[in-house]
Amino acid sequence: MSSVFNYTLASAREALRARKISAVELVDAHIDAIERLDDGLNSFITRTPEQARLAAKEADALLAKGEGGSLCGLPIGIKDLFATEGVRTTAASKILGNFVPPYESTVTANLKRDGAISLGKLNLDEFAMGSTNLTSAFGGVENPWKRRDSDAKLVPGGSSGGSAAAVAAGLVLGATGTDTGGSIRQPAAFCGITGIKPTYGRCSRFGTIAFASSLDQAGPMARNLQDCAILLESMAGFDPKDSTSVNKPVPHYEAALGRGVKGLKVGIPKEYRIDGLPAEIEAIWQQGINWLKEAGAEVVDISLPHTKYGLPAYYIAALAEASSNLARYDGVRFGERVSGASLDALYEATRAAGFGDEVKRRILLGTYVLSSGYYDAYYLRAQKVRTLLQRDFLKAYETVDIILAPTAPSGAFAWDEKPTDPVQVYLNDVFTVPASMAGVPALSVPAGLDSRGVPLGLQLIGRFFDEEALLAAGSVLEKAASFTHRPTIHAGVSA
Amino acid sequence: MSLDAKTVAKMARLARVGLSDEQVHTYQKEMQGIIGWVDQLNEVDVTDVPPMIGTGLAQPRLRDDQVTDGNCREKVLSNAPDREGPFYTVPKVVE
Repeated sequence: MSSVFNYTLASAREALRARKISAVELVDAHIDAIERLDDGLNSFITRTPEQARLAAKEADALLAKGEGGSLCGLPIGIKDLFATEGVRTTAASKILGNFVPPYESTVTANLKRDGAISLGKLNLDEFAMGSTNLTSAFGGVENPWKRRDSDAKLVPGGSSGGSAAAVAAGLVLGATGTDTGGSIRQPAAFCGITGIKPTYGRCSRFGTIAFASSLDQAGPMARNLQDCAILLESMAGFDPKDSTSVNKPVPHYEAALGRGVKGLKVGIPKEYRIDGLPAEIEAIWQQGINWLKEAGAEVVDISLPHTKYGLPAYYIAALAEASSNLARYDGVRFGERVSGASLDALYEATRAAGFGDEVKRRILLGTYVLSSGYYDAYYLRAQKVRTLLQRDFLKAYETVDIILAPTAPSGAFAWDEKPTDPVQVYLNDVFTVPASMAGVPALSVPAGLDSRGVPLGLQLIGRFFDEEALLAAGSVLEKAASFTHRPTIHAGVSA
Repeated sequence: MSLDAKTVAKMARLARVGLSDEQVHTYQKEMQGIIGWVDQLNEVDVTDVPPMIGTGLAQPRLRDDQVTDGNCREKVLSNAPDREGPFYTVPKVVE
């Protein structure tokens, strides 16, 4: 039984096609693992075992005939930010606690079309606002990793914390995430898995509950790059329903994995050597540089001069967009309602009860930076700084093909070590936000463990629509790191 | 720039987020801290820099003026917290 949990998405795909295992067996084993482990981890908000079992039977019928799509019969999880027709979709918020979408997001429709089987909806920070997964109205997620010397519950990162935890613990073979300022890459790093934030416009945003529309981008999270490549190929593609979707053919991403990095120019941004960067992060970064050099890449020092301003500009832009996007939750057309004597009272009561503290804080700040008299000083200035951030990257890509940096300034921290100052929490995203602001693609791969035994990730940032270079270089890091460690809590560890 | 309690209460009113006086006080302190931190953007010279509006990667496109979706009233209304027939209900707004 435990061997089921040694499969990657790619090897399970082969086993299913060779009929070494049936989709029903594979799905059942994962449903069983969720039942065993997830009452503790809390990575799922909604489990859908009945639908999954039904879909597995259908997948077996197709596989028996040698048919079925690229993901036929493979159990995955869906971040609960993607609308799924007929399946409750909450964005981890009370205000959408009973929302059942009558439509399907394009990304999940693509995965379904290719035969993937969803085991349920994965936990996240409320409306994807957070870097800890502790702001969920459905409770925090526990990172399946533990420090060597302690039993303290660690955060999985966020906002796609449920996705990262479920993949790391072996509850699913892959998951969808969304990344607005690091929400795929940072939890992937914290949980020792791999995640890709594609170029803005690569995956459709239709049916993905909006946080900051000009930044939100869906991407895959899985145990290795090949699995991510397989998922991304399914998720990506032009969608007429999203006006920011880019009409470009989707490459066969798996083919890029073995391309190597000979002659590839890798930039090392000096501004990412921030004050107080822990020595262990510095060391893993240097290790990554050496790995790429040994594989034939040319390493070049570069400058991204506006890096320091990435975070404050990001928060202004993201919060402004969030306050506008979240105006729709008014208790009238969908979502939870709290009655009031007047329409305004109904709105205020509904939103007071429905949103958590972090979401309210962001709505208030977003309203402030957009309000009359402050718009120019904050919002407009931030958008101009955003132009400068993007120019930094475009200029760098005149001399390098790809950029290597740490994913996060620390490994996973404990639930009770979360700083109380919101600014300190925002600093988690210091290395991930600039790529989001520029719209360029980036990924995180696990590179090693810190001295306390928790995973650290390395980040690669690429040119627009050059996810293939990311995969090629990421694959070199992956091979060199040969990260085979497993978290303490894992489906393959028998109880 | 200082962000006083009155401004926070005004933002809460504009955003229709009901806050108690105590919450206004808490948010005021936190928001003041965040706004103080983002004020570092004033160091950046943005003369003649255009604001970035999206990534500019997607081509604006036109399509035929045809109905491509619709006829799904029940679906649209299926999540209404309160309704009467084909209508959403709200408290009385016209005396």
